[in-house]
Amino acid sequence: MEFVVRTWSAGARLGSMQLAAGVQMETPTLLLLTRKGLPAFIPPDLLQNLHPDARACQVSPLHFLDSPSASIVETAGGLHKFVSMTGFGMVALARDSLMDESNGEASSKLGAAFETTSGRRVVGPAKYMEIVNACKPDLWVSLPDEVPTWAAEKRNRLSVDRTLQWLDHCLSLQPAERGNRCLGVVVGSASLDERIRSAEQTATRNVVGFSLGGFGLGEDASQRALQMDAVIAKLPKEKLRHTSGLGLPEEVLQAVEAGVDVFDSIYPFMLTKGGYAMTFPLNMENSPGNLDTQPSASELAYIGSDSAKMNLRSVAYRLDKSPLVVGCKCYTCQRHTRAYIHHLINTHEMLSQTLLEIHNTYHYLEFFKAIRDAIKADKFLAFRNWFTSTRKETRVHSPASKSPTLVLH
Amino acid sequence: MNWPRALLTDSGGFQMVSLLHLADITEEGVTFQSPVDGKPMLLTPEDSIQIQNKIGADIIMALDDVVKTTTTGPRVEEAMYRTLRWIDRCIAAHSRPHEQNLFGIVQGGLDPQLRDICLEGLVARNLPGYAIGGLAGGEGKDAFWRVVAQCTAGLPEDKPRYVMGIGFPLDIVVCTALGADMYDCVYPTRTARFGSALVSEGVLRLTHAAMATDYRPLDSSCTCMVCKRYTRAYLHTLVTKEAMGSQLVSYHNISHMMQLSRNLHSSILEGRFPEFVQSFLQKQFPKGDVPDWVCNAMDVAGIDISMCRIPQSA
Repeated sequence: MEFVVRTWSAGARLGSMQLAAGVQMETPTLLLLTRKGLPAFIPPDLLQNLHPDARACQVSPLHFLDSPSASIVETAGGLHKFVSMTGFGMVALARDSLMDESNGEASSKLGAAFETTSGRRVVGPAKYMEIVNACKPDLWVSLPDEVPTWAAEKRNRLSVDRTLQWLDHCLSLQPAERGNRCLGVVVGSASLDERIRSAEQTATRNVVGFSLGGFGLGEDASQRALQMDAVIAKLPKEKLRHTSGLGLPEEVLQAVEAGVDVFDSIYPFMLTKGGYAMTFPLNMENSPGNLDTQPSASELAYIGSDSAKMNLRSVAYRLDKSPLVVGCKCYTCQRHTRAYIHHLINTHEMLSQTLLEIHNTYHYLEFFKAIRDAIKADKFLAFRNWFTSTRKETRVHSPASKSPTLVLH
Repeated sequence: MNWPRALLTDSGGFQMVSLLHLADITEEGVTFQSPVDGKPMLLTPEDSIQIQNKIGADIIMALDDVVKTTTTGPRVEEAMYRTLRWIDRCIAAHSRPHEQNLFGIVQGGLDPQLRDICLEGLVARNLPGYAIGGLAGGEGKDAFWRVVAQCTAGLPEDKPRYVMGIGFPLDIVVCTALGADMYDCVYPTRTARFGSALVSEGVLRLTHAAMATDYRPLDSSCTCMVCKRYTRAYLHTLVTKEAMGSQLVSYHNISHMMQLSRNLHSSILEGRFPEFVQSFLQKQFPKGDVPDWVCNAMDVAGIDISMCRIPQSA
């Protein structure tokens, strides 16, 4: 794996990452969500041309505990071959946000506890690396003992110690011939001291990058910014930084500003499952200049939509012949209308989920592209400020008056 | 839908059979209980055609009075005659006869005399195409093929014959041998969602434990996207558990049915249809245990399959 930082804008950095032969990506970027190695609803033939930046996926070793088992993946020649994802980057990481947000309660010195489709499983470094080595991912995140922000001090300290032990154990099980592909996890939860300790210690290990763990677990967003800054201050600047669990565009922007390079998220999937299309405006140039042509915040709220997402279950879209997002170049928006997808959702057709996951992933990737463009133009802060301000704007339509009043707060 | 190819809509008649306990059939039409809000809904032949005119499919189906093939007694005769009266109402209501082809549906249960009357009546209406309806219920295979044979013999040579609800590969091969042209069935995709793949030898149950370590593609002779990329072992882990499993196996099963259709078509065109049937049966029944009903049907179709009853060596 090769990673090079090319330029900065405020705290955000633009990088170039080569995960494998033919898998070159610019960062900040997104790893696509997978279940057992493939996206939830996007089949491989549609994934091929989904978006120029749809080149790498996250994969959870937890999906390879039983069916398939590690030995089956190994016999098949590794994960890329087994799930026919040769040519894509695959990054293994333990967290499976769809199944379980770990609270660390059932974890022990034997391993971290996870809820899986076959019940609670305790996975230690040996088992974890057995799966990782069978899969042969391009990068793998070490096994953390993650705890949420409300964990007791003693438990939090233990989580930092254990995560370091498990990192060392995992590294010792990494076969030399595969080279170094480890991202060390930094934990420490709400304690800045523990975060710093974890970061400093992890930075001394022979890893190619870092994963900022313990985020997206219900912590306070403002605290998250402090913790990220504290951690990143202790990490070598030239190495890759990844984080899981963030989703909302504001969360991504905050983490990018702190200096994170690679993300994985369940956000596009969760919108898809709920029957939502991702709709937030992507960049300052293309944003609707005239707010009068857009539905007001209260009109959107009435049908269950808002400025980031469109609720396609609403009958408001029954006859709507526009694409999900006007001007979107994704497979779905090039071919289909809101009315059609609304109909598919109502008739419980699986196609609705395929079409929505395609659009939502594409839209999210376009967001990451907008972030990179802003960094390249050294306008990241302006972009960040513009984005967060459009999210906070509301138009108040008083029934008495025809002209809307613009309220900013 | 943004679908650039052909479309066919059904009339809603089949729901009469599948939702029968909620339906009241009169001369006027069918009264359903709406699945949306429980209120009574009347579907007349005029309504059905009007809706199908709006949807705009290339082929539309007449509203027929369908009865289960297991029904006996005067109800079967009543339904057949009503189907004939309703076809006239459908023809009268059809507002786009130059853009949409209205197919009539032959009813009459398993009674050859009733089927004959219906055939005569529909052929006299000179419709663009004909369906053979009322099968794909609980009837025995022996009764099924005989009705198909009678209908194909009685329908015009130069118009399509559409056997509704037929989709098992073996049934399609037999009906094709008997002179049918079109089929529809939920079977390929439904069986995919339950973890079964359609292959040359028959049905592969991917949920079976042995599939977990079977690194072969679904079907060695299939060139579809799924068979090019995936093994039984991987699909075993997805079926019934992940939506992707349903998608991939459905994709293969549909591809399999398309290949079967292409094979039937080209073998007829190239004058080697009997050889294709023989090879198909030998793959499906390597032990030579071709069912009697298939043998009887092939007899009537004039296809020699005597060599298929000899067990193949391993």
